[in-house]
Amino acid sequence: MKHTVETVPAPLPPDDYFMMGDEASAEGAIAAGCNFFAGYPITPSSELMVRMVHRLKETNGSFIQMEDEIGSISALIGASWAGARPMTTTSGPGLSLMMEGIGYAAMTEAPLVVVDIQRAGPSTGQATRPGSGDIFQVRFGSHSDYEIIALSPWSVQEAYDLTIDAFNLAEAYRVPTFVLADESIGHLREKVTIGETVERWHRPTAPGMPPFDTDDENGVPPMPAFGQGERLLVTGSTHDARGFRKTQDSAAHQRLVGRLVGKIRNAAEKIARYETYSLEDAEILVVAYGFSARAALEAISELRRDGVKAGLFRPLTLWPFPEAGLKLAAKSVERVFVPEMNWGQVVREVERILHRDVVPITQVDGEGMRPQSIIDGVRGRAGMNS
Amino acid sequence: MAVSYTKYLRMYHMPHMWCPGCGIGIIVKAIIRAFDALDWSTDDLAFVSGIGCTSRAPGYLDMNTLHTTHGRALSFATGIKFARPDKHVVVISGDGDATAIGGNHLIHACRRNIDITLVIVNNNIYGMTGGQYSPTTPVGARAATSPWGNIDIPFNVSELVKGAGATYVARGHVGSGVQLERLIRGGLTHKGFSVIEVLSNCHTQYGRRNRIPDAIDLIEHISKSTVSVRQAEKMSPEELKDKYAVGLLHQDTERTEYCDDYNKVIEHAQLER
Repeated sequence: MKHTVETVPAPLPPDDYFMMGDEASAEGAIAAGCNFFAGYPITPSSELMVRMVHRLKETNGSFIQMEDEIGSISALIGASWAGARPMTTTSGPGLSLMMEGIGYAAMTEAPLVVVDIQRAGPSTGQATRPGSGDIFQVRFGSHSDYEIIALSPWSVQEAYDLTIDAFNLAEAYRVPTFVLADESIGHLREKVTIGETVERWHRPTAPGMPPFDTDDENGVPPMPAFGQGERLLVTGSTHDARGFRKTQDSAAHQRLVGRLVGKIRNAAEKIARYETYSLEDAEILVVAYGFSARAALEAISELRRDGVKAGLFRPLTLWPFPEAGLKLAAKSVERVFVPEMNWGQVVREVERILHRDVVPITQVDGEGMRPQSIIDGVRGRAGMNS
Repeated sequence: MAVSYTKYLRMYHMPHMWCPGCGIGIIVKAIIRAFDALDWSTDDLAFVSGIGCTSRAPGYLDMNTLHTTHGRALSFATGIKFARPDKHVVVISGDGDATAIGGNHLIHACRRNIDITLVIVNNNIYGMTGGQYSPTTPVGARAATSPWGNIDIPFNVSELVKGAGATYVARGHVGSGVQLERLIRGGLTHKGFSVIEVLSNCHTQYGRRNRIPDAIDLIEHISKSTVSVRQAEKMSPEELKDKYAVGLLHQDTERTEYCDDYNKVIEHAQLER
């Protein structure tokens, strides 16, 4: 079923502000109507949590610091079923602990937002240094089959904008949604323009209709809340339209999991977003996201100054990945490069979509991606050493 | 007045899957009777479980029910209560669910004094997964994973939650359903975090391995291990060895409740702007 849309004045007076990515994300959450936050401190996301403490009074919201990330994600799901618009924030190690709850949220279709400020890993890694190592974790970290939505901001402005979008998508599709920022964006300070109004999407409702199945082709059933007279039955076990456990019924399992996956996959091109730069005559395509895309933009303009016809494809949604847009962008290029602050994650997705050789450019030194790393990578592998 | 049990049960889910003679039936009955005595609307009730034999209870109770992940029921319940403080939130959990995998959430819920009622069905074993030893299995007792006797020192659950800050702590047992109902009702009306530990029988997994395979025999065995709180006060530590005091063990009505405290903080913060 379709969500409802409400337009409200932005909580912050419309103006230009100078703030940190973590703070902009918190402001985006408040603008999106977030009224429940549960979290556990972890570098480099703590500034976001602290900002939420101060700002939640704007939405008459509640803040609770839980005993760990497992407790945080679980509290979010409880709040989501109680009708709240919940959010938490974390980084890689905390995200690992949240995976159990992410699976439960996907299975019970509880809207919630997780802002992941990625740091250099694995394990404790370099807590204060950037990385982009959680791309697969957000998508495949919990067991078995499910889908999520993940957005990747490349600026402080987008930390604000995409956090609002994350709430709206979570509500519209009843799915856990991630803002996959990294430390470089989280701790970056730059200008944010706050508009006059904010669009808030609300989960579909239809009193009396079953909350776990629908004939609607978008595959999103209505979601009532506790205390609205429906005496809901919510379970992480396989269930039918009304939530009754169906743990021995193969048809019910096939139908439920098929719908959980299908409601996102079937809408993938609708959800997917991307931007392109200098693609018109490009022979070299650079596919980059998040902080790396900033370096990539600089790199392609420098390459062009040297006569290399380079263009940039920047996905704003990493999950689902903008497949049609990527195919179009890569149609007439000679080589494709994917610079990342990891040992090669999105490159695998790009290879899968394009069915061709794609060159990874990995910079895993706990630093933000440098334009020179991309320029060197392109020159080295495109046979253009000068 | 007779209690209409069907008002609180999803009869279309019957028959239930618990073993014949399982103590959970007595406990769920006591919970229903307590709800009924308080005349709360089922729409105002959220009933939450984790995983294990107790986790079937939300499927059978006709109210807002949430069957969650193993050990996390209290965290989910905290989210519900904190988002909707006007609702009554009740959690049912087993000894493994509450004190092993959920131990961290348990002590912090106690510490927060959030107005949730927790019923811990303590049957000294992991029943559903096939009789592995739990944090309350006595030393020497046999389990699937301690075939020659358990060597882990068990938790005293009521003392644990009291130490962690729960403001209502009671212990009942399946040999006395009337007392159990009274203790649960006391927990439901207590403003703050309340825990009712219920000594229960798993004759299937615990009893069979420990020479008490019959439900009635095991319930009798449990009953004989209990003494009233008043009796216990007069007994020496030697006499109290292997005995469990039952009744209201602890209540603190002075401490303020978490959601109330939070609202006061927010009122104060909103004056600041």
